[in-house]
Amino acid sequence: MNFRTWYVVHKWTSLVSTAFLLMLCLTGLPLIFHEEIDHWLNPHPEFEAVAPGTPAASVDDAVARALAARPGEFVRFVTFDDEDPLGYVITAPTLVPPPDDGHVQPFDVRTGKFFDPLPPPGGFMDIMLDLHTDLFMGLPGYLFLGFMGLLLVVATVTGVVLYTPFMRKHDFGTVRATRNPRVKWLDIHNLAGIATVAWVLVVGVTGVINTLALPILGFWQGGQLAEMTAPYRNLPPLEKPGSVDAALRTARRAAPDMAVQFVAFPGTQFSSQHHYAVFMRGNTPLTSRLIKPALVDAKTGELTDMRDLPLYVRTLLVSQPLHFGDYGGMPLKIVWAVLDLLTIVILGSGLYLWLRRPTPPRPSETGSGRRVPLKEGAQ
Amino acid sequence: MNATTIPGRRSLWRMFRWPLALALVTAVGLVSALVGDGAYDAVSWVGLGLPCITILVALWRTRGGAGQGRER
Repeated sequence: MNFRTWYVVHKWTSLVSTAFLLMLCLTGLPLIFHEEIDHWLNPHPEFEAVAPGTPAASVDDAVARALAARPGEFVRFVTFDDEDPLGYVITAPTLVPPPDDGHVQPFDVRTGKFFDPLPPPGGFMDIMLDLHTDLFMGLPGYLFLGFMGLLLVVATVTGVVLYTPFMRKHDFGTVRATRNPRVKWLDIHNLAGIATVAWVLVVGVTGVINTLALPILGFWQGGQLAEMTAPYRNLPPLEKPGSVDAALRTARRAAPDMAVQFVAFPGTQFSSQHHYAVFMRGNTPLTSRLIKPALVDAKTGELTDMRDLPLYVRTLLVSQPLHFGDYGGMPLKIVWAVLDLLTIVILGSGLYLWLRRPTPPRPSETGSGRRVPLKEGAQ
Repeated sequence: MNATTIPGRRSLWRMFRWPLALALVTAVGLVSALVGDGAYDAVSWVGLGLPCITILVALWRTRGGAGQGRER
């Protein structure tokens, strides 16, 4: 392929995706700091001191009280904070509701004390997240933004190829001081683009993988999860599941060096009709993402199966920190935000370069017009 | 693409050695914080910070040069 072809691909993949990528960069910026912003908007409660050795409060009891306060609802999940002694009982009018239709009741895992319920979804950060993940459109929105991510990857790769004709006569890092702003922005576009290319590709590719979360979940449900729960398939549904505490004890015994991240109740997407699925996490940044489900018979409290998630789910789980940048403390988040801002500069300067492009050659000149777009900034 | 012999033109290696080095430190930075905490996190801050600093230094050098001074 000659550079003209690369240029056409770079131009069109960029033009089609730039508006959406700018939106993703802008909504992604607060999302990098979602943990801090969430804590600021909804501070964790003050925890009372508890004598060492006090046995943990009963989760069954917390679940019963949460249900009593929400008559007619079902418990879908109980989740656990990874820093504070905080658990959450998540209830909803149905077991498999739309994702936003939940009620979250926090409790102290040591004393069982209830704190104020979390505000219903729909706040600023939820809007940012919905825009960023699916444009409020569910699966089609996910896949559409995933396609924009693919265009970003193609635009990035073609951009690297196009870097060469511009840089034949300049050293790395050259930003020409000239009165022509187009030349200057071309140099800035090239410099910022080539210096951040690895990060942009990783965030782009992991973003695309994240847009496949729903199909990946569906694949796992029909595959490994169905396989692990196959012996229960034809049993009548449970009238009332047994003890969550017993299931937690069983799971902790099966994986003593892991901590419980959340319990999916029978009938939810993450479990079968007959199991508590206790998802365990490790204690390094990587293994804390690679959660592992222990399936516990909800009636007897016995472990029926515990396997690593399949490779395609683990790929998704590892893609998440690599996309969000939330795995190396506050300084990493700040660098992530700077790289996000640099991406906005790349997108904006690219758009500017196209808007300020020299008038295209007349049809009569097309024969010699071939090299124009590549030479345009070089003067 | 073999332009090494043409005077005044840069070879691919010369054009891409710095971008390649930045891509490598970026990759090390991205993986490092996944593997561990503490020093591993610090490596990621440096690895991902270097591309940003490189860009800022290049812009700052231009500003000190012929002085149009409108770039950032």
